[in-house]
Amino acid sequence: MLTSPSGLRIRTIASSSRPPAALLVLAAVVVVLAVVPVAHLGLRALEGGLETLQPLFRARTLELLISTLALGLAVTVGAVGLGLPLAWLTTRTDLPARRAWTILAVTPLAMPSYLLAFSFVAASAPRGWLAALLEPLGMTAAPSSYGFGGAVLVLTLTTTPYVVISVRASLARLDSAGEEAARSLGSGPWAAARTAILPVILPALGAGALLACLYAISDFGAVSILRYDTLATAIYSQYRLSFDRSAASALALLLLLMALSLVWAEGRVRGRAARQVAHGRRRPARVVALGRWRWPALGLCAALAALSLLVPSVTIAGWLVSGWRRGPQLWDAVDALSDSLVLAFGAGLLAVAVAVPLSLLVSHFPGRTATATERLLYGLYAIPGISLALAVVSLTLNVLPALYQTLFALVLAVALRFLIQSVGALRGPWLQISSHTLEAARSLGERPPGVLRSITLPLLKPGLLGGFAVVFLSALKELPLTLLLAPAGFSTLATDLWDAAREAFYGEAAVPATLLLLVSFLSVGLLVRRGDVQA
Amino acid sequence: MSMRPSSVPGRLCRIATTTALLVGSLALPVGGQAEEPDAPLTLYSGRSESLVGPILERFSAVSGIGVDARFGDTAELAALLLEEGERSPADLFFAQDAGALGAVADGDLLAPLPDDLVARVPEAFRDASSRWVGVSGRARTVAHTTTEELGLPDSILGFTDPAWSGRIGWAPSNGSFQAFVTALRARYGEAATREWLQGVLANDPVAYPSNSSAVEGVAAGEVDVALVNHYYLLQLQEEHGEAYPVAQHFFEGGDLGSLVNVAGIGRLDSSDQPDAAAAFIDFMLSAEAQRYFAETTFEYPLIDGVAADPRLPSLASLDVPEIELADLADLKGTVELLRDVGAID
Repeated sequence: MLTSPSGLRIRTIASSSRPPAALLVLAAVVVVLAVVPVAHLGLRALEGGLETLQPLFRARTLELLISTLALGLAVTVGAVGLGLPLAWLTTRTDLPARRAWTILAVTPLAMPSYLLAFSFVAASAPRGWLAALLEPLGMTAAPSSYGFGGAVLVLTLTTTPYVVISVRASLARLDSAGEEAARSLGSGPWAAARTAILPVILPALGAGALLACLYAISDFGAVSILRYDTLATAIYSQYRLSFDRSAASALALLLLLMALSLVWAEGRVRGRAARQVAHGRRRPARVVALGRWRWPALGLCAALAALSLLVPSVTIAGWLVSGWRRGPQLWDAVDALSDSLVLAFGAGLLAVAVAVPLSLLVSHFPGRTATATERLLYGLYAIPGISLALAVVSLTLNVLPALYQTLFALVLAVALRFLIQSVGALRGPWLQISSHTLEAARSLGERPPGVLRSITLPLLKPGLLGGFAVVFLSALKELPLTLLLAPAGFSTLATDLWDAAREAFYGEAAVPATLLLLVSFLSVGLLVRRGDVQA
Repeated sequence: MSMRPSSVPGRLCRIATTTALLVGSLALPVGGQAEEPDAPLTLYSGRSESLVGPILERFSAVSGIGVDARFGDTAELAALLLEEGERSPADLFFAQDAGALGAVADGDLLAPLPDDLVARVPEAFRDASSRWVGVSGRARTVAHTTTEELGLPDSILGFTDPAWSGRIGWAPSNGSFQAFVTALRARYGEAATREWLQGVLANDPVAYPSNSSAVEGVAAGEVDVALVNHYYLLQLQEEHGEAYPVAQHFFEGGDLGSLVNVAGIGRLDSSDQPDAAAAFIDFMLSAEAQRYFAETTFEYPLIDGVAADPRLPSLASLDVPEIELADLADLKGTVELLRDVGAID
């Protein structure tokens, strides 16, 4: 997950000096790696002249554009509408078992959207287990999961944790002085919240909402399972079933532009929002007593946990039972597990390695280069996986055949796409290292390696772990890049699960689904323990 | 804010960059591709891993030759092979239908196979120039629910009747379905095929990602009928037992609704392991592999001496429509037509 840029202003290592050449070179390499595939996609879309772009000007494209935007909007509203109260309840109130609810609210991060979609489809089928459950209540069928409603539900549940995490972090850092001042001047609790809290958490809320929206418009797995056509599904279909890739490339560019405009728009809004300034000691926030409101609050938390964790668990348990009858296919799953781990470790390590210097650049050398690099990384993250995959396939096949269908190209693409998550996790720790600390250490006679060992590394360590874990988790769940870029013979838990469940061989999907969830629960657990996701 | 330029940031940067490069170079070898002398065969498979995975493993166990498979839709892999051309890493193409093999053969990408290999399969189920050979046979069929009496039409062409509105499931991205549409085009022409597709689309068919999920859709009560291949139902009955609420119907009178097609294999001209590739095809046409297709995937075996599942009508008794499989090579035209009418995006 991305953490919103910290509002804290600490004297930086070198706020007035130009970034060193090494950092600039690295930033330039990342820029090239990010821009080249996209530029190639553009060329590819245009190579056949305007004629090949004709499919873009069909009425169907407009329909897809509208359906994609509608989904993005609805999911953003849903994720903010659920995430904001959830974040507040778990940080500022006396909600019973607050810590447990926090963990439950964050855990759906481990749940891939396509798995949640499969679960809802299986549960709500006319003869599925939900229908059996509802029958005694006099309902003949469970509501269908297909179409717009199902897609909004599944993607809202998937993206709510992003809003929760982002807003919680901001609420936890919030100095209650402003709120108290507002109350002492006679404002009611709501007015105080509006004037003293909302403006401060707005950037975090905006960042969370942006993530939810980007996720929704670029999601490909869940919407195809739920039969809701968007640009992403159309790109995939064009890629798979077309003898001419220009149309797919053109659609991919369109989706890319949509994502980047959202990033730009959010940046504008955030730029205008108030920045929190922390001085002196933070005052612990007052805990709000919920009183009898705690019942509906508990109901909300429980309903969300049930939908996003219980429904898939029950469904997968059912798959395991039916799969057992066919005989366990543990060995295939072990192969897939090892491929998944190779991809996730590779991408995680590569991302964190590049993120260490890049986050130093963005945290300590504010300026045009840092801003541009950060925007670009955000842009890369916003590039829908399906668009990036198409760009890399085409680029490696036509320009860099030595990298075509290699594991390296896959790992590189996945690491690049999620790089900003790693940078986000490392930015905070870098900011804690001010030049004063380092100079103090040196003036006390510490040699540079000693400084590194005794100050820099310990302070960076949480960021290194967190920056690795977030990319690890994202790579584990990643689907479109892996589907298109995996070399022959390489299949991950995610692709195995996808293939089996698309064939409706749910029994076969059960083992990879279970393993995938176990590993991603573990990595979310790591994040929670680390405090990235403060419980 | 002015600050004395200190050497600390510079050193920090260097340390950070070095760490990055070190860890980065550790991650690099993951992608290194060693060219071993007996490198595994690369197979592009339009047939899903669940269907052919076990027999691929069996081949490796018997021959000692590894197989790296890339699974995808048949049309996707055909298009990929045509785009890759000579640069393709693939040694073999295992397609779900003869049309896709024909399309790749027409791109001059397939090498002729040894005569003794192809001769094991009846002429109707292989390429006249031996560039691909059928491995197993499959008939198109209509899977239908058994929970109510449906009154199925006499011909596949009858599903344009508005009475079928909201009741049809199909898998328009699937290679076998596309081969069927190519057959419609070959027999009735472009305009009539377009009209049929539009007629079915007017009935709001549910588009499933695969044949088996379409049959599961019938079982789950989402649709009443699904236009699929014959063997999915038998596999699902195997998994769910005889109470599975779906049966299937074969059309008579040479109707294209019961078109018989093959899944087949071609060897890429660009393969650097033609012998190993031929050994793979040899194994797929062995009694052991043919029995696998007959007994595990419930397809029609194509060599003499191996019998199909007794629950199936024999290939000879099926009133096979008169279509040359070689006429189904215009996959590109079919995909374009399907896109044009809006059956696929």
